[in-house]
Amino acid sequence: MPFIPHTESDVREMLAAIGAPNIESLFDEIPPELRVQGLAGIPDALSEMEIGRLMSGRARLDGRPLCFLGAGAYEHHIPAAVWAITSRGEFYSAYTPYQAEASQGTLQLIYEYQTMMASLTGMEVSNASLYDGGSAVAEAALMAARAHRRSKSLRVLVPSTLHPHYRKVAVSTAGNQGMRFETVPYVRSTGCIDLAALRRFEGEDITALMIQQPNFFGQLEAVDALTDWAHSQGIMVIASVNPLSLAVLKPPGEWGAKGANIVVGDGQPMGVPMSSGGPYFGFMTTRMEYVRSMPGRIVGRTVDLDGKPGFTLTLQAREQHIRRGKATSNICTNQGLLMTAATIHMSLMGPVGLARVAEASLQRSAELVEALTRVKGVTAAFEGARFHEAVLRFDRPVAPVLAALERDGILGGLDLSADYPELGNALLVCATETKTHADIERYAAALGTAVKAARAA
Amino acid sequence: MSRNAEQSIFEYSRPGRGATAQWPAAADRPSPIPAALRRRTRPLLPEVSELEVVRHFTRLSQLNFSIDTHFYPLGSCTMKYNPKACHQYAMLPEFLGRHPLAPASQGQGFLACMFELQEMLKEVTGMQGVSLNPMAGAHGEFAGVAMIRAYHRALGDLARNEIIVPEAAHGTNPATATMCGCIVREIPVDAEGDVDLAALKAVVGPNTAGIMLTNPSTLGVFERRIADVAKIVHDAGGLLYYDGANLNAILGKVRPGDMGFDVIHMNLHKTFSTPHGGGGPGAGAVGVSARLMPFLPIPIVGRDGGADGEGVRYRWLAEADLPQSIGRLSAFMGNAGVLLRAYIYMRMLGRDGMARVGEYATLNANYLMARLRAAGFDAAYPTRRASHEFIITMKRQARELGVTAMDFAKRLLDYGFHAPTTYFPLLVPECLLIEPTETESKEALDGFIEAMVAILAEAGQNADLLKRAPHTMPVRRLDDVRAARQLDLTWKPAAAVAG
Amino acid sequence: MSHVPPDLRFTKSHEWVRSLPDGSCEVGITDHAQAALGDLVFVDVPVAGRALKAGEACAVVESVKAASDVYSPIAGEVLDGNAALGAEPELINKDCYGGGWLLRLRPSSPAELSALLDADAYSAQLAAEGN
Repeated sequence: MPFIPHTESDVREMLAAIGAPNIESLFDEIPPELRVQGLAGIPDALSEMEIGRLMSGRARLDGRPLCFLGAGAYEHHIPAAVWAITSRGEFYSAYTPYQAEASQGTLQLIYEYQTMMASLTGMEVSNASLYDGGSAVAEAALMAARAHRRSKSLRVLVPSTLHPHYRKVAVSTAGNQGMRFETVPYVRSTGCIDLAALRRFEGEDITALMIQQPNFFGQLEAVDALTDWAHSQGIMVIASVNPLSLAVLKPPGEWGAKGANIVVGDGQPMGVPMSSGGPYFGFMTTRMEYVRSMPGRIVGRTVDLDGKPGFTLTLQAREQHIRRGKATSNICTNQGLLMTAATIHMSLMGPVGLARVAEASLQRSAELVEALTRVKGVTAAFEGARFHEAVLRFDRPVAPVLAALERDGILGGLDLSADYPELGNALLVCATETKTHADIERYAAALGTAVKAARAA
Repeated sequence: MSRNAEQSIFEYSRPGRGATAQWPAAADRPSPIPAALRRRTRPLLPEVSELEVVRHFTRLSQLNFSIDTHFYPLGSCTMKYNPKACHQYAMLPEFLGRHPLAPASQGQGFLACMFELQEMLKEVTGMQGVSLNPMAGAHGEFAGVAMIRAYHRALGDLARNEIIVPEAAHGTNPATATMCGCIVREIPVDAEGDVDLAALKAVVGPNTAGIMLTNPSTLGVFERRIADVAKIVHDAGGLLYYDGANLNAILGKVRPGDMGFDVIHMNLHKTFSTPHGGGGPGAGAVGVSARLMPFLPIPIVGRDGGADGEGVRYRWLAEADLPQSIGRLSAFMGNAGVLLRAYIYMRMLGRDGMARVGEYATLNANYLMARLRAAGFDAAYPTRRASHEFIITMKRQARELGVTAMDFAKRLLDYGFHAPTTYFPLLVPECLLIEPTETESKEALDGFIEAMVAILAEAGQNADLLKRAPHTMPVRRLDDVRAARQLDLTWKPAAAVAG
Repeated sequence: MSHVPPDLRFTKSHEWVRSLPDGSCEVGITDHAQAALGDLVFVDVPVAGRALKAGEACAVVESVKAASDVYSPIAGEVLDGNAALGAEPELINKDCYGGGWLLRLRPSSPAELSALLDADAYSAQLAAEGN
């Protein structure tokens, strides 16, 4: 029996100890009319060898195209040690560290993670992670509503340069609690938040302003001016950032005169494979003054009966298993394994290695934009500084071009026509340190051919 | 497991050291980032060698209990074995390298697995539609209650904002109801652990949005009058929500859809054996009856083309296909890699294996309960069958011997067993909620029983041994009060601490 | 046996009220409540100026294992929250009827006070609950 160790004699002895004639009798409290007879829709069991063959075949169907997609999930090199250690059974198959004495490994690792994330974002405290970047944005909005003692409006300003999916997650998660998300437009020439449009909200009761840096288009927002404006209006600032970028970009804790209040984002770029969208992990950091409004697990260092240092979950009274209906969130998970991978990744990279990955990605992305805009009919959509993504404008629809590239084994980027119709024919492209000069030239050549073919058609 | 403390990774750090083989070459162009947007100070990340990283985190891992090393009789958590094949085949490079926004044409293999997973989950739960998006049980609960609200709203029935929850429910149930903007109405259970029907009848009405139930309940017993509960709530215009935490107990035996539930979340990290990972990632797929299908969270996988397998294509169904959906709950499609593991597990169990899960989980629980009762422990519901779990109450031992359920739990660690769930459900005093799962052998269960008996003997002779337990772990009992009063949440260099 | 000062008024939910000479009232939690909660690690008190209804949740007291709302025994306007509890929540454990007070308020209807339990009635309730 797969994964069940019982022998026939085991079963006999166990039934005798219970005083039951057979296993079936253990279900005698279930009304018979409710019982199901067989599960016809479930296929026969496969052996490990058979499932291995099936999965390998399915994986081959998906192939390994050359990928220039970004938009919230990024291909970076993952050091071999990251998943070799993360996959150890003692991390992989461990439970949530509620029994602290039997979970010191996980707890100390979370404490080290909290230290790294707080420093990377320029904040004072971090939780032990949330589901993903999208849900972290939603939780940040709810947290701001709790932490902001003067604002009663539950209104959050959300720039359209925040990831469109993150905006949708925020609405579906926090809308039921009365949070209202109001869109702030971007400037057409720069692809950055329109500060003039923001000023129209001056004097109103607004709970928080969200700022994504680098923004969804890859452009760098004027974070100092935006943060100072928000604070001048008594508005909290929620930063949504790519953590890898913070190896070279100013951390949100240093934005403007006072820094952001809450920092969130998706940790995927640090040691987590793209894997069709998950599992990733969301992170959240903040200032000490807001720690009790923060959702999710938090680990603290303390001492044991002998005065020896040790680690334990703390501030648990905020959480659902104690507060029930009054908890800060219903969340009772963190993405522990992914956070483990990221902690090992950050340790291997260190401050120098992480900055190298960021700078190398910037350079490859610049080279990509140069190469692709040499193709006739392709131009950069926005001026100004970027991180490792860029929006390109085409003189013809993007979809057929992408389809042609796909036939060449290239995923050319994300067609923005559905989410940003005002941009016309626009494509979001990304290159990280994983793309070589040859990869970029291959893309440029294929794009030239595809555009030429489209023009002839 | 190791008992040696491990210093912090930051204490290994030396300026100029690094795992340089993992780094890309330095950029050969000047950085285009404007000075005003550049980082000025280095983040506090360690500068260490690859070996130091490997050794440090390996040592940390050795300070943990885990299923691979220890038995976890942890009620309500279903800590069963996580087959290695599930991990290996979910980690194939094509699956790991697939971008979430890659077109469906570059993902027919992955999407086929997801579609079939949706179909299998429908079959085992008796529901009509499934969405795989929620990333944990609580996330699935949120999706479920949000769908109930959306359903009533779509009918123009705006008054229905009350969620009924039995007092023994998981803490997430009321927390979820609050997150969905609902008001919680708690109802009691009777002496045998069944819902108090009179109390239920008294609270249902025109404001009832629905009821959240676990069946078997958190008391480890099957709710026998579930059909009556369903009728009372449905007649009042409310819907039934099934918390799938205890689905392992009934897999292949009885289905939530057949019991009258309208919406269910499943904890794939419990019932379908995906890893707990030290606190995540989970996966909390939701299933619904026909009337809630328009409200499922997006995206879900659809299939076009021949039913005979010819010309079949899989694609994402999103806003355009489900305009009444409660929306997106994650940036992309949830915890895809976890879902692949659950898929592999279900295929390896197959039709017959699925029913064996419920059978042997229940056999193990009833065996443990019978043996522990024979050894002098008190079951909280002695007249009832155990489901896949049961409750031992230590109220008598607390009174007679002055030791608590927590003392027992901590002493079990010294015997090499993870503690059962303690002090949940709250309404049973001094309780241990014990769930062995089907993957533990009789010898493992016997070992646990021997440990419980030995600890009971110790409690009579030297209660202090329990009260000060554990004695053999990397640390002894920790000062939680100090942890909460003097918050120390990040490592600081010695100079900073001294200064 | 928990301490029940004779000069105070009490609620069934284990709050106490002290009438001060200037007509304002001081509110806290009883010795029984602090003992049941255990070592407190955090207290959240209301800000001055807040209008409270009788029975409204107005403060939160947190121990490691439990968090509990404190309900205002009477209606009134908050004059002051006890700021010292921010740094020293244990004041409630040490001196719940003195330095561990939670808030002071100006009652909107002083007559409400007489409807609360006196020390004898509260002691009887504790005894009935098995304490």
